[in-house]
Amino acid sequence: MIEWIQSVFSILPEALQTLVVILLKIVAIVLPLMLCVAYLTYAERKIIGAMQVRLGPTRVGPRGLLQPIADAVKLMFKEIVIPAGANKLLFIIAPILSIGPALAAWAVIPFDVELVLADINAGLLYVLAVTSIGVYGVIIAGWASNSKYALLGTMRAAAQIVSYEIAMGFALVGVLMASGSLNLGEIVAAQSGSFFHWFWLPLLPLFFIYFISAVAETNRAPFDVAEGESELVAGFHVEYSGMVFAVFFLAEYANMILVSGLAVIMFLGGWLSPFQGLPQAVFSIPLLGAVLDNGIHWFLIKISVFLFLFLWFRATFPRYRYDQIMRLGWKVFIPVTIVWLLLLGVAVLAGLPPWFDAV
Amino acid sequence: MINFQLPDFSPALPEMFLLGMTCIVLIVDLFLNDRTRLVTYFLAQVALLGTLMITLNTVSLDVQTTFSGVFIRDPMSDVLKIAVYTAAFVTFLYAKDYLRDRGILKGEFYVLGLFGVLGMMVLISAHNFLTVYLGLELLSLSMYAMVALQRDSAVASEAAMKYFILGAIASGMLLYGMSIIYGITGSLDLSEMAAQISTQKSHILMAFGLVFMIVGIAFKLGAVPFHMWLPDVYHGAPTAVTLYIASAPKIAAFAMLMRLLIDGLYGMHEQWQGILIILAVLSMGVGNILAIAQTNIKRMLAYSTISHVGFLILGALTGTQNGFAASMFYTLSYVLMALGGFGMIILMSRKGFEADKLEDYKGLNQRSPWYALMMLILMFSMAGVPPFLGFWAKLAVLEEVVAAGHVWLAIVGVIFSIIGAFYYIRVVKLMYFDKADVSEPLSSSLDMRLMISLNSLAVLFLGIFPSGMLNMCLLSVPG
Amino acid sequence: MGTEKIIFYIFAFIVVFGATMVISVRNPVKAALYLVLTFFASAAIWLLLEAEFLAIVLVLVYVGAVMVLFVFVVMMLDINVARLKEGFIRYLPLGIGVAVLMAVMMIMVVGPEYFGLDKIAAPERHGADYNNIREIGGILYTVYVYPFEIAAVILLVAIVAAIVLTLRRRPNTRQQRPEEQIAVKRGERVRMVKMSAEERK
Repeated sequence: MIEWIQSVFSILPEALQTLVVILLKIVAIVLPLMLCVAYLTYAERKIIGAMQVRLGPTRVGPRGLLQPIADAVKLMFKEIVIPAGANKLLFIIAPILSIGPALAAWAVIPFDVELVLADINAGLLYVLAVTSIGVYGVIIAGWASNSKYALLGTMRAAAQIVSYEIAMGFALVGVLMASGSLNLGEIVAAQSGSFFHWFWLPLLPLFFIYFISAVAETNRAPFDVAEGESELVAGFHVEYSGMVFAVFFLAEYANMILVSGLAVIMFLGGWLSPFQGLPQAVFSIPLLGAVLDNGIHWFLIKISVFLFLFLWFRATFPRYRYDQIMRLGWKVFIPVTIVWLLLLGVAVLAGLPPWFDAV
Repeated sequence: MINFQLPDFSPALPEMFLLGMTCIVLIVDLFLNDRTRLVTYFLAQVALLGTLMITLNTVSLDVQTTFSGVFIRDPMSDVLKIAVYTAAFVTFLYAKDYLRDRGILKGEFYVLGLFGVLGMMVLISAHNFLTVYLGLELLSLSMYAMVALQRDSAVASEAAMKYFILGAIASGMLLYGMSIIYGITGSLDLSEMAAQISTQKSHILMAFGLVFMIVGIAFKLGAVPFHMWLPDVYHGAPTAVTLYIASAPKIAAFAMLMRLLIDGLYGMHEQWQGILIILAVLSMGVGNILAIAQTNIKRMLAYSTISHVGFLILGALTGTQNGFAASMFYTLSYVLMALGGFGMIILMSRKGFEADKLEDYKGLNQRSPWYALMMLILMFSMAGVPPFLGFWAKLAVLEEVVAAGHVWLAIVGVIFSIIGAFYYIRVVKLMYFDKADVSEPLSSSLDMRLMISLNSLAVLFLGIFPSGMLNMCLLSVPG
Repeated sequence: MGTEKIIFYIFAFIVVFGATMVISVRNPVKAALYLVLTFFASAAIWLLLEAEFLAIVLVLVYVGAVMVLFVFVVMMLDINVARLKEGFIRYLPLGIGVAVLMAVMMIMVVGPEYFGLDKIAAPERHGADYNNIREIGGILYTVYVYPFEIAAVILLVAIVAAIVLTLRRRPNTRQQRPEEQIAVKRGERVRMVKMSAEERK
């Protein structure tokens, strides 16, 4: 069987071979990602349930483990209702524009030293550019729905996302200055050493600002004024049903995982192990050494911590008021980032050890 | 990596000082309230004086270029920059009381004004298409905002919109022309461009680029047929802003003309001369004839500006060194007269009374003989009556036009000047031979009165002894 | 070269198509979205030229920020297309005249006789490790530092101008003042009234 596939593969022209390989790689990233998204919703319900002293889903499958699958099947068979007076084409395109960037950004995320789909030298910029497109999904959805709640949600979302993108961009500039590279792999490599070599320490304010902006960018609680059930019914996707709604849902969770991954790569050393720097002998212990050594498992563990934070926020914080969100973004975050960038510039020039003395 | 040598910063020291000071003014202004706003004014004046001192201290007769050749400092740039500082200084002084009385004395007026001065300096010292364009944009952007400063006035907002939209189109034209010429010569540097043009045969496309660039320049100068914005903006803007727009930026626009057409495209002299002749004749004609029909003195002075621009272009189109010097002389004289003219309007006005109608000047002689005399000097000078400065400026330009062999152009210039004299002298007639509607004397602060007198007397003094200024222009213009 | 050419023509077609739609669709929101498409496709063409920095920045700045605000504003305006079309026929001859003039000029200026590999050499191909972000940064902060700084000043002026023209205290708007709300005392809001019980009627 395998030989047969190999022989078929070698017959193909070279350009097509590359295409097939790339496609396979994409599938290898997207499939697990979608699975993660599905079980993130399950985790959300379970964790928030536990925090609110409830049980969460328990009925479908053992301990409710099949609940996301059941939800997916249900949504797939629901009718897609297109509201009267809606712009049909844009109404359908909107969710696609929403999920497309959330998946495309994964192309440059390094999971391990060589484990990356496209190792481009402008990776950080690429991520920033691609994620900035995601807002079109929200805007178009709100406008094409021909509904006042949707439009109001869209207005809020657009202003909020554009505002926080600036603070987020500045935070990324800090990472760029600290690592001296836009390549995500090199950014991780620049943090190697030990737990205290990671950039979270020298870039602490930027780290906080990045993560809070990321929560705002993904329209998650406490920044979810774009959906704001109590005010806007469901905000920009109020008119969506069935699979198109599911796509918005997928995009939101895929974005959560993406921004968590980026936070890990830029501030918490990506795949690097916190035990790096221990004597070599530790890593030669069978099994335990492999666990303690650098590897993709650390990347995944760190992402899970951030995802847990997302859920924790949702369970505990009340929703921000709209003008407070704007004030926080423009009057607090942006000045703080600018000041910190200046300090960082001085530190980099002075070659402050242990982070900036290598160059 | 690129092999890079640190550029020589010293020629650009005035620019750097002014930028630093402007940022300080911007920050200091944040901590002031309306009562202490005068601190901003004093700081702005200190910034201008400091820049003036630095320029005077580092003045030299050599031509220096720095920052990889995008920046040039030659005697012409020094003279023009000093004129710009002076004009801005006088403008700020005149504007202070006017703005305070109308509740628009904001720090932003001075900040934007200083940024505008910086833009003019960049433009004057430009030696590259990039810096020409950036300087122009810096200047224009500051001016658009200043026109709109009086937000509650519908006329001012309309003027700002017209100015902004037409200005953006003109910038687009200029950029389009620049990009065509860049495409052919392959260089943005003005001297490299001049070298390219002198070696290769003239290209039809160069003419296309040239036309677009001249449209851009003509718009910024306000030459006919690109003058539509000028009367509306002069009329609509608060008089203090009109004063700013009418004075110093004309020096910068003259510098732009010199840099682009003489430093860069002198090799195409024959082509641009023809276009400039049309612009000059139309500007003199339309400006002088339409000014007669105006009843608003701000509009009248706007049309008079258009006619003066015609004269300015007349000097430049000769293509000789003496012609450029005459044109420069004309520009500087015009700026001095415009400062005085708009200054007088501010002097006459008070809160709730703009003094921008011609009839407001009736019988000024009975109310205040001294200021009537000052206004008389300014009006006679603008009309070109000897022995005032305006006469020598016109004479210098006409002499050079005749010397370059365009006798008929000189005759056209003289005819239009005589037509133009009508409306200046009408103001004089109103002041001296009509009865005043109101009899109260003028009231304004001491510094304002002193400066107006100084300004008008300078017009008289330089008119009696014009040779010093003329020689300075001759010496500083590049050959 | 073959695939590259095909990719170029695909994106070039999208650019031209998008640009045409921008000026021909009736709905302003759709026009703005076609403009986004045009920017996107031009970014792809820049990528073909190995100018990945410019390509990504085009997407980041124009698509991700400028056009979002643009769409935002267009959505809020209720533009009356019919009124915009008034006088269309009247100005059509003039418009066509200008368009033809521009087209002729463009053909003269950027006509085929000036281009081609024999006129202008093909740009040098760089390896995968070539970093044009570093190159642009290098030249921007050295050779072109003066224009760069002036451009920064222009942006500062734009900020100052935008703030001075929009920031104003409007006396008529009602704002919430949380600090006053918190500081409020019971005595200011509630008046205790003592009254004797009344008889039910």
